[in-house]
Amino acid sequence: MSAVCLNIDETRVVQALREAGDNLDGTEAEAVLDFSSVHRIDPGALLAIEAFAGIAEKKGVKVVLRGVNIDVYKVLKLMKLTSRFSFVN
Amino acid sequence: MKVSEAIQERVQIPLAVEALSAERLAYLEGLVSQAKTAAAVFSQFTQADVDRIVKPMVLAGMEQAQHLARLAVEETRLGVMEDKVIKNMVACEFVYNYIKDKRTVGVIREIPERNLIEMAEPIGVLFSLTPITNPTSTVLFKCIMAIKTRNAVIFSPHPKAWHCCAEAVRIMYEAAVKYGAPEGVFTCLDSPTLPDNAHLMKHKDVGLIDATGGPGVVKAAYSSGKPALGVGAGNTPVYFEKTADVNTAVVDIIVSKTFDNGTICASEQTVVIDDEIYDAVLKKFVELGAHLCNEKETKLLERSVIDPQTGFMQPLAVGQKATDIARFVGLSVKPDTKLLIAPIQGVGREHPLSVEKLFPVLAVYRAKSVTEALRVCVDVNHAGGIGHTAVVFSRNEEIIRKFGEVINAGRIIVNSPGSIGALGAVYNDLVPTFSFGCGTGGGNSTTDNVNIFHYLNIKRMARRTQNHMWFRVPNQIYFNMNAVENLRQFPSLSTIIVTSPLLEQIGHVDIVRRHICPKTHVHVQVIPDAEPEVKVIAEGVEALNFYKADQIIALGGGSVIDAAKIMKLKYESPEADLEYLAAPFLDLRKRVVQYPTEKVSRARLIAISTTSGTGSEVTPFAVLTDKASGRKVTLADYSLTPDVAVVDPQFVMSMPKGLTADTGIDCLTHALEAGVSNYASPYTDSNAMQAIRMVFKYLPIAYEHPSDEEARSMMHNAACIAAMAFSNASVGVNHALAHAFGARFHVAHGRANALMLPHVMAYNAEVPTKFMPSPYTKGYVADKKYATVADLLGIGGHTVDEKVKNLIHATEQLLDQLGFPRSIAELGISREEFERAVPEVASIAFEDPSGRSNPRMPMMKELEALFWKAYEGRGAKGECKATPASALNPTMV
Repeated sequence: MSAVCLNIDETRVVQALREAGDNLDGTEAEAVLDFSSVHRIDPGALLAIEAFAGIAEKKGVKVVLRGVNIDVYKVLKLMKLTSRFSFVN
Repeated sequence: MKVSEAIQERVQIPLAVEALSAERLAYLEGLVSQAKTAAAVFSQFTQADVDRIVKPMVLAGMEQAQHLARLAVEETRLGVMEDKVIKNMVACEFVYNYIKDKRTVGVIREIPERNLIEMAEPIGVLFSLTPITNPTSTVLFKCIMAIKTRNAVIFSPHPKAWHCCAEAVRIMYEAAVKYGAPEGVFTCLDSPTLPDNAHLMKHKDVGLIDATGGPGVVKAAYSSGKPALGVGAGNTPVYFEKTADVNTAVVDIIVSKTFDNGTICASEQTVVIDDEIYDAVLKKFVELGAHLCNEKETKLLERSVIDPQTGFMQPLAVGQKATDIARFVGLSVKPDTKLLIAPIQGVGREHPLSVEKLFPVLAVYRAKSVTEALRVCVDVNHAGGIGHTAVVFSRNEEIIRKFGEVINAGRIIVNSPGSIGALGAVYNDLVPTFSFGCGTGGGNSTTDNVNIFHYLNIKRMARRTQNHMWFRVPNQIYFNMNAVENLRQFPSLSTIIVTSPLLEQIGHVDIVRRHICPKTHVHVQVIPDAEPEVKVIAEGVEALNFYKADQIIALGGGSVIDAAKIMKLKYESPEADLEYLAAPFLDLRKRVVQYPTEKVSRARLIAISTTSGTGSEVTPFAVLTDKASGRKVTLADYSLTPDVAVVDPQFVMSMPKGLTADTGIDCLTHALEAGVSNYASPYTDSNAMQAIRMVFKYLPIAYEHPSDEEARSMMHNAACIAAMAFSNASVGVNHALAHAFGARFHVAHGRANALMLPHVMAYNAEVPTKFMPSPYTKGYVADKKYATVADLLGIGGHTVDEKVKNLIHATEQLLDQLGFPRSIAELGISREEFERAVPEVASIAFEDPSGRSNPRMPMMKELEALFWKAYEGRGAKGECKATPASALNPTMV
């Protein structure tokens, strides 16, 4: 079992998450997504995050979000998504 | 006449969610989900982001104002296209002008003088119902407000105004998204139905319902269980008072009542005209294009435009032209008739035209007096218009204000058109709106013109505020041996010396007399040496009045000085009600009862203490006993503080040993309690600490060697210094216990204090079961302050705990040295008797105001436990590691 680590670029959050979802094969213990460079998310990104969480859950992969700023965290909170992830600084 | 669509607002919206098809439910869920996502994303936007979006939206609305107005009239068949253009433009331009510089993101207001900051939190998803009467303007208004406040909106337009509203939403949405708003920020329900509305009103992700419409819509919104802004119907009374400018007023009313064919619910409904100008006013209306109905025409009008079943206006007439209504009713009017005027003789169901009429029909009433006019206006106001809007035309300010007082309306428009006036920002400085809050009378939560601030959760960040404190003592304090000589400097024509029989007998009064300013008439008022009674005070005041005293010298212990304080109060303010002034309070600065400031006479109060304990010569307290009622009245106010204090040890040299000990320990208790009080300050601390050091050093000497002048002098000063501390920092639970116990078992105050003191110190030094809320202190510091006292006394200890133990032990040693009984049991009070009394005395102690400044909040059970500790005595807190009290040699005394 291993961990997948992925830096998320603010300009291509949707694509990055889609690719990450496609590449999850279920052998990883966890997927770590680094959001340090994401300062704001849009509705598309939000949907992509939710979709990625769904894929990860199906494949039994724990999703860890790293470096999520407080504004983005609040958006996830408003969308009731925070319980689906672990957060690390 | 064109047959307009029926007004649906009056239709009740079912609250029970009717069965919706799975497909419809999925559709509604999709809308909410989209709005929720948009709102969540929107929460990241800054004020600059938001403002960048709002401006182009407003410009888009202005550009499309005529297009939307035309659509609205075509679809609804209500109103006047040209007026709807104005409404749309007001909804954009005037609203923008109001909001453009307002902060709606982050910090929106700072109030430094109150240490408050207000911050904005968006609501999230709003569900908005819009009316048929002002369809597009309401949508434009709400879209602009929502973007300014970072909210998403799901619109449910009136079904008969859906197309124009959907177009308005589209225009706003496209402009908003183009400039950065999140996708999905506005949506418009496709073919809205009542079950759709009921479902969305209860949806968990909808934060606020904003319902603009009739009573049905408003009631449904408020009954949904969701926070709601529901603003609806009115019935605007107008008082046309005889001093009004008739020409201006008539034009204003016509402008208002014909604006968009009277569809604005704030428009004038019944005009009550003073008899003196009634004919002139109606003549002017007719001159300017109104048709005045005769009796027969009025009856015809009533039957046609008011539904006889419901008593409400006929939907058919809403928003129609006056000429169309006339033709429908069968009246013959000129082709350019603007308004139909119908005289009525009263208000209510038997006068059908007295209700709301959202079309250009105006009821008029001839009033024979101001009273009658106001009464009829109130009747109209209460016939469906409570909380909404009212209008007055007058030049008489008194009448304008009286109108405002008696009419219950969120908007009282003065000398200007009702409908456009209520919209705000055109004829006045009201906040521009398209939703009128009608207050509780109208079933609404607000009387405001609904605006951006109703679309926000306003958070108030309140910082800890250091309340102002004080240190108040007499203007002048004279101390040391023969300080009484200073009396000479106070000129007086008539002085009264208040004293006790003993002090007169042993010659103290003569000493005082010798030093009073020459040529002063002196009268000596001898009172019993006991807590002053009402009768004693009354006699004293009588003497003060008889001798027209300008100076009172109180010579005695606490009781005598207290009596003089109360005599002065009653002498200067005879109306002062002592029972009333003794009303309980929590914080002296916020007390409900204020002491009188009006004085009918004035007298200087000089207090000369003859005991070294109470410190009454510098305190703002006085205790009075009412023998008739058996009540004790405690007065507390800085106005009671003597003007001058004389602390001359010659008057205490002959104090007996017992009294020396009792008063000395009272003084120590004052200082210790003031030192750890929640109201302690650096000013009171300096006094408290100094007094403690003086007591530990000089009380044993004064007790053992009563003629030691230095010890007596220092103890006399210590009592005064400790009193200055507790006058400003108060005392604590020790005094609360001592008061209750002393009164119940007739034990002298100092002795009662002594029985409690070590136990209370140990109690206050522990981590409290319950902390006392106190803005004045930071953290729990009582134990550390005791430790500081121990350091000052030089009694050793390495840790706070050790120092506290040593201080308690030193205190116990002092009590032993002074021969105090060290347990209540030693007083001969049986365990059974004490057991019976404890619940009651604990309850009385709990009520005692002294406890409120104690650092630790005393719980009832803890007070009982303290009483029991005092009953058993000894062993307050561990073993002593201290130097014996007798060997103490505090520095800096």
